[in-house]
Amino acid sequence: MPLFDRLYNFAHWLTQDRHEAEDLVQETYVKALKGFRSFQQGTNFRAWIYQILRNTFLTSRTGLKSTATVPLEPESDQERLPVSNDTPETILLQRSDQQLVKQALSHLPVPYREILLLCEFEEMSYQEISATLAIPMGTVMSRLSRARRTLRDTVQELQQTK
Amino acid sequence: MTCDRWTEKLDAYVDGELPAAEARALDEHLRGCPSCAAQSLRNVQLKRAVHAAGRRFTPDPAFRARIQKAIAAPKPILWSQRWLPVLATATAAVLLIASAFLLTVQHNRRGEQQLIGELVDQHVAILASANPVDVVSTDRHTVKPWFAGKIPFTFNLPELQSSPFVLVGGRVSYLRQSPGAELIFRVRQHQISVFIFQDQAPREAGVNEPVRTALSFQVRTWRHNGLQYFVIGDASPQDLDNLSELIKAAG
Repeated sequence: MPLFDRLYNFAHWLTQDRHEAEDLVQETYVKALKGFRSFQQGTNFRAWIYQILRNTFLTSRTGLKSTATVPLEPESDQERLPVSNDTPETILLQRSDQQLVKQALSHLPVPYREILLLCEFEEMSYQEISATLAIPMGTVMSRLSRARRTLRDTVQELQQTK
Repeated sequence: MTCDRWTEKLDAYVDGELPAAEARALDEHLRGCPSCAAQSLRNVQLKRAVHAAGRRFTPDPAFRARIQKAIAAPKPILWSQRWLPVLATATAAVLLIASAFLLTVQHNRRGEQQLIGELVDQHVAILASANPVDVVSTDRHTVKPWFAGKIPFTFNLPELQSSPFVLVGGRVSYLRQSPGAELIFRVRQHQISVFIFQDQAPREAGVNEPVRTALSFQVRTWRHNGLQYFVIGDASPQDLDNLSELIKAAG
């Protein structure tokens, strides 16, 4: 089943709950069928179905709660963050720290978590991310930059409390 | 030398999103700038870490079975309220997945030639490289463990002692952004690349054409145990067949 596992993985990351993730994936398939006419052949099917899943999540109770309680820093298309001056030691994300990265990812606000997963795990291009999240390319870049910085900070915090 | 021009582009650089000319210029800058090179390395480490951490949740077997069953054998329609939602979901899944499948097949047909071309390019690059492999060893017990943790699967290597083939080594290769193993074998003066990737798309290239030639290279492909194998080289067709058989027997 194409995309089934990946959609489920993404849904679970968003909802952080197995049952909610199953409901979300099921609802996504139903909505995708209903709206299949709106899918234009030749356009990006993956971005289209991820967009449905994400929009479904955002209108769910968990989704509404997660976005309502997390104010993001203002995003600007023009703004780019300065590069972090972390030492290599503090961000040494080796295999042994996988658990830490997973933990840090689940601590991130949803908008940061989802863009990192789309970029790094789903390996979507900026163009695909822009289509999936319905945000301009400039915002994709600035949000990714912030998400990475926040992830690094979170990993460091978790390392210090270990 | 100023880094200001480049620091904000490092993210796009490691994401492969910089225009080619800019990427080349940044390549040049990184060779002479330890600070930007270190930052670029950290960005790559972070990308890899998130990539590895991202694969975390798998669907419950019961949930998967429910959907799969619905696709394989839709139940006759029961016009009770109780079954309508289930049937609607099953039908939705069938149609959606069929559509996705058709799109995938359509896409794969177009991309099939390109995929084999990419692998042939990688093989040619190996032939031209001064350091073609990352792990240099003729010992399969050295080469196989070297891949542990670098690729998301394992595989078996054949015993070559009574064959004309020699294992040269291996390296991590990528196909459609997925990591896999590239093993280099030598037979007489010819080098043969064996690519092994996770079989993520059951109807990708290779199914209908297990034997072919591309750019005068012999190509053999097959699937086994969830893995897809590509054997590419300029040795004789018989050599490629023999090596393929040895690998199949080991698998």
